[in-house]
Amino acid sequence: MGLLSKKDVALIKDPLADDNPITIQVLGICSALAITAELKASIVMAISVVFVLGIGNVVISLMRNIIPSKIRIIVQLTVVATLVIIVDQVLKAYSYELSKTLGAFVGLIITNCIIMGRFEAFALGNGPWRSFLDGIGNAAGYGIILILVGFFRELLGSGTLLGYKVLGDSVEKTGLYALGYENNGFMLLSPMALIVVGIIIWVQRTRNKALIED
Amino acid sequence: MEKRTDKNSYTLFFAVAMVVVVGTLLASLASGLKPTIDENRRLEKQQNILYAMGVNENEGTSANFVSTTKAPELFEKHITKQLVIEGDKITEDDQAYLIDVKKEQASAKAGNVRRLPLFVGEKDGVTYYIAPIRGKGLWDAVWAYISMDENMVIQGAYFDHQGETPGLGANIKERYFMDDFIGEHLLSPTGEFKGVAVSKSNNDPKNENKTDNAVDAIAGATITGDGVAAMIKNDLKLYVPYFENLKKN
Repeated sequence: MGLLSKKDVALIKDPLADDNPITIQVLGICSALAITAELKASIVMAISVVFVLGIGNVVISLMRNIIPSKIRIIVQLTVVATLVIIVDQVLKAYSYELSKTLGAFVGLIITNCIIMGRFEAFALGNGPWRSFLDGIGNAAGYGIILILVGFFRELLGSGTLLGYKVLGDSVEKTGLYALGYENNGFMLLSPMALIVVGIIIWVQRTRNKALIED
Repeated sequence: MEKRTDKNSYTLFFAVAMVVVVGTLLASLASGLKPTIDENRRLEKQQNILYAMGVNENEGTSANFVSTTKAPELFEKHITKQLVIEGDKITEDDQAYLIDVKKEQASAKAGNVRRLPLFVGEKDGVTYYIAPIRGKGLWDAVWAYISMDENMVIQGAYFDHQGETPGLGANIKERYFMDDFIGEHLLSPTGEFKGVAVSKSNNDPKNENKTDNAVDAIAGATITGDGVAAMIKNDLKLYVPYFENLKKN
């Protein structure tokens, strides 16, 4: 037997597509709207959530038999908040530049409902290794959608990707802009993120009819 | 039978234990790392001030500071005077860059005289006057270091923020926004203090008109932009008497 059994592989693979946290479970929408105006922010957020959810799931899973059920939500919240603060403080001390880039995301990670959702739905009832895989899988599924939305919003809204002017210069009117193309400023606003997510959900359900609820 | 973990006494014990463990962990971490973090902040202030007067390692379109290892030495070399302005009194203090603008604003509100730090820099024979300012963005604080010449024409600006929206308000620390301020006049042609507005309707996206007291706004970041304009107007205005005196002498 390899390192990962078939079931383990499914834990990682399912959330990437047919059980995606954003498009199927509709979790984590808030941060998906807030920070996807540019691709770089989406990528940074995706990596941060993979890290926090992977470790958080393991911690909760290890504690699952001793957590009193009455206060389990508070315990979960404390674990996420503690992890995030530790990461934040360590980065501030040893990688100050990176911590400044991450600044705005740290708070958003604590309130990300995917994290609470996976703690509650998976880590409380499964062992640490499986919880770890589930955490990585779900965070990656979240990250993929974030990066996809960030890609379209930055490309159509600012005409750039990762800050590079891929469509030419909008002020100097070079490249595509010489032909009369204009950036769509609406793409930069949060409502368009919702519409892009909607289009992704539409495409996904058209390709896989099993996902359509009656 | 009731599970052990469902008992009230256990729940209470768990909650208390968790608070103690987490509290101790975070408190010791925070106090252990504090000196390193403070040192990072101190160097960052030096980097920011140097950036505003054009001592930086900008390449292409990204904003790059001088490295932290070189910052103290360059700061020593380029910043010739650090002044503290208190009403009519001007004193020199080589720790003036450590003055916390946030605290000074609060103490001014409480009725005290605000201490205004001003750094005088020299580069290639040109004198720069650099002022730290602070205001409110959409979510949290925004702040800046603005360098000016003796006529209050902006020579360089570095903006930063606590938690503006990535891709929108957070873009105030991008070169294309900060560089727009270079050359902008803070005074009107008649010498009245006007500040620099962040405008959505100035019809000047290339920012060719430097005397219109306005730069082009960032789409989708109206409140952050207004906050930047208000910060410049409110805080830099306090330095006007100093510049007026400078001219008289």
